[in-house]
Amino acid sequence: MGRESKGISRRGLLTGGAAIGAAGAAAAAAPKHDGELGAPPQAIRGEVPWIEGAADAPPQAMSGKGYVWFTGAEGPLIEAIVDRLIPPDPTGPGAVEAGVPVFIDRQLAGPFGQGQHFYLGGPWPKGTPEQGYQSRFTPAQFYRAALKAIADHVFKAYGGLEFKSLQPDAKDKLLKDLEAGTVELPDGVDGKAFFTMLLQNTKEGYFSDPIYGGNRDMAAWTMIGFPGAHYDYRDWVSRHNERVPFPPVAFKGRPGWTAS
Amino acid sequence: MATTLKPVDAVIVGFGWTGAILGQQLCDAGLDVVALERGPWRDTATDWATTFAQDELRYMWRHHLFQNVTYDTLTIRNNTGQDALPMRRLGSFLLGTGVGSGGVHWNGQIWRFLPSDFQAKSHNAQRYGKKAVTDYDLTVQDWGITYEELEPHYDKFDKLCGTSGKAGNLKGQIQPGGNPFEGPRSDEYPTPPMAQTYGPTLFGQAAANMGYHPFPHPSGNLSQPYVNPLGCQIGECTYCGFCEKFGCGNYSKASPQTTVLPYLMRKPNFLLRTESEVLRIETTADKKMATGVTYVDSSGQEYFQPAGMVILSAYILHNVRLLLLSGIGGQPYDPKTGEGVVGKNYAYQTTSSVNLFFDDKLINPFIGAGSHATVIDEFNGDNFDHAGLGFIGGGYIGGMITGGRPIEMIYTPQGTPAWGLEWKKAAAKNYLRSFALSIHGACMSHRGNYLDLDPTYRDAFGRPMLRMTFDFTDNEHKMSDYLTAKAAGVAKAMNPREIKVNGRKGSWSVVPYQTTHNTGGAIMGDNPKASVVNKYLQLWDVPNVFSMGAGAYPQNAGYNPTGTLAALAYHSADAIKAQYLKAPGPLVQA
Repeated sequence: MGRESKGISRRGLLTGGAAIGAAGAAAAAAPKHDGELGAPPQAIRGEVPWIEGAADAPPQAMSGKGYVWFTGAEGPLIEAIVDRLIPPDPTGPGAVEAGVPVFIDRQLAGPFGQGQHFYLGGPWPKGTPEQGYQSRFTPAQFYRAALKAIADHVFKAYGGLEFKSLQPDAKDKLLKDLEAGTVELPDGVDGKAFFTMLLQNTKEGYFSDPIYGGNRDMAAWTMIGFPGAHYDYRDWVSRHNERVPFPPVAFKGRPGWTAS
Repeated sequence: MATTLKPVDAVIVGFGWTGAILGQQLCDAGLDVVALERGPWRDTATDWATTFAQDELRYMWRHHLFQNVTYDTLTIRNNTGQDALPMRRLGSFLLGTGVGSGGVHWNGQIWRFLPSDFQAKSHNAQRYGKKAVTDYDLTVQDWGITYEELEPHYDKFDKLCGTSGKAGNLKGQIQPGGNPFEGPRSDEYPTPPMAQTYGPTLFGQAAANMGYHPFPHPSGNLSQPYVNPLGCQIGECTYCGFCEKFGCGNYSKASPQTTVLPYLMRKPNFLLRTESEVLRIETTADKKMATGVTYVDSSGQEYFQPAGMVILSAYILHNVRLLLLSGIGGQPYDPKTGEGVVGKNYAYQTTSSVNLFFDDKLINPFIGAGSHATVIDEFNGDNFDHAGLGFIGGGYIGGMITGGRPIEMIYTPQGTPAWGLEWKKAAAKNYLRSFALSIHGACMSHRGNYLDLDPTYRDAFGRPMLRMTFDFTDNEHKMSDYLTAKAAGVAKAMNPREIKVNGRKGSWSVVPYQTTHNTGGAIMGDNPKASVVNKYLQLWDVPNVFSMGAGAYPQNAGYNPTGTLAALAYHSADAIKAQYLKAPGPLVQA
């Protein structure tokens, strides 16, 4: 007994490898499914199957510098905004040094930006605050529209200036107005909803595993004292009021583990 | 055109906790069983290895293990005066999908309801007068089952999971160190309580000094290795702080994967089909018997699976929707007339919290586990006198540390802005020195809170979405204010620098995460005019359909629901094996 798989399964491809060619080529032709809908249906009887990554392949590392999704003035504008949301100071890194803009860029280029795990079907009447996100936009569409609307608003309200050229107080004032929903952006863009999403994404980039492009050198974890991807604290459960001495560790290890 | 498959004795719709329990019970009775699960296969070693399981972004914020609302969601509103709109993003509750479903990404909090919880209507009416159970348009009902009937089944689930805890009432004898308010237990917990870190310990000391009876939270994250009666091995919890919203890579959280599947999957009379979504329950023309289910798999093929019995074991929202889509279970509930039963008495959980900030104490919140808490039960259910309080029900209060995941769980003092230098400094200063008391309150049923089919929005298969109409009532707000004030009292007694009280105010909102404890809509009871299923979770009108899960709760108690829905599943399985298989038909005469 075993699996009676319909459609294409990795095992089917591998055992049928002779017909296709080298097993390696067959494996390459069957991308790992990451557990979202649409994996081939399986019928499983008489065994606990080994289907690695059926729900969950390990995450892909987001590396490199520069932007793949932001274009033109969008990158500098995002940098100038997140620099106010989490500014640099001796306590710890600012959002820009932590890599938050790169994190957001990679997120918008990926499934999040495309609206995975968002329902975007219509109709789209305006809801109550309790009904939450009610836009037809994917996050990527929302960022594109909102960044342009913010740039246009600043240009008009501040005599042709860009956001990054404003004084810190003026930047913070605008961000607070967005947060409170008291500034009207052009083209009907919902500034409050955008601020909510941007602040959330900024904190995600600041505190998530560095594998996603932010939290560079785990400096945000070091700042607060979070040890990261440790998974065993049994020796420390009953040691009350003591500082746990572990330096943070990420999925890819930590700098001290790499031969220089 | 659907392909008709070979008939089976029983088809299981949805393969989480109750699907796994019923699968095991019915296969052991010799039945030929097929389980249909709309999501993928997944298992501990292959899908949430400890090398990448501690990923807050991926699992919590990108919803990787949860139902993908892109393809299937529901519509929501606070009352019938509003238009329901789609839940476009998960928030308040995090629906499961895939093998193991919510049993994979739960916290492992295993509770029993109080004996009086099962008589919420008659007990409260007797003690506080009839008005107490009808104020605020409450539609509270008795369950039609008693704690005593369920106790052996609670015990079975504890032994399946290896629950870590300390009994407070062993066969009527109050035990020091346990919960003195719980119903009598026939046996001690299978494993001793989890160790407690500093925060829950401080809570326990302060609570004891105030005359309360603190005890360790009963836990499905195990304090020591355990082998259950099915021969499945569960490991010792490492307190990594990634339970709820995550799969446990360490085999130390009770889940269908760790406690049932290694046994069940090897049975020759059990077949699991993944990526197979049930569209409706098929019946005879007179709707008196189910003939099986129609499902579609991810290749787009439609099948009819004939079956002698249909076990609905999907999440409550899906079970209720399938009943409505299939036109069975009784009349759909109408809030105007109060008539009808399907969708009636949808309820939730009323949560709040109190944050504590210390200067001189290192709490180290990253050392945690889903059920790692010290709890008091003085203000749960009817453990206290409600005379003059203006509400019924209650909840537990716990010094609880499930983890210190920094995107979600950085606490800053009252008045701290949400961003900027002031926020950053407050985060850096307080992270290691703060935690929260959790207040986990009941939610009574109310005439205006219900589930039905949405008139506008449809899913990817063209079926009407489920529509949820829900708001907290004055009963919940008064209860929550009362409990939160009691928690704040304990918090102050712990001598922190400051506290922040996060009460449950205003209307229910889908945005902030609260808890995935949705209940009702396919409620149990002692007659078909007031309920969808009898005490064996058997439909009154279609006796070969059984509807599992918290959908059966006539209202929600002040505890996490999983222990009770598992006990109800075992109770149902026993009746199917001992009575139904011998004489198929109604197990209770209407």
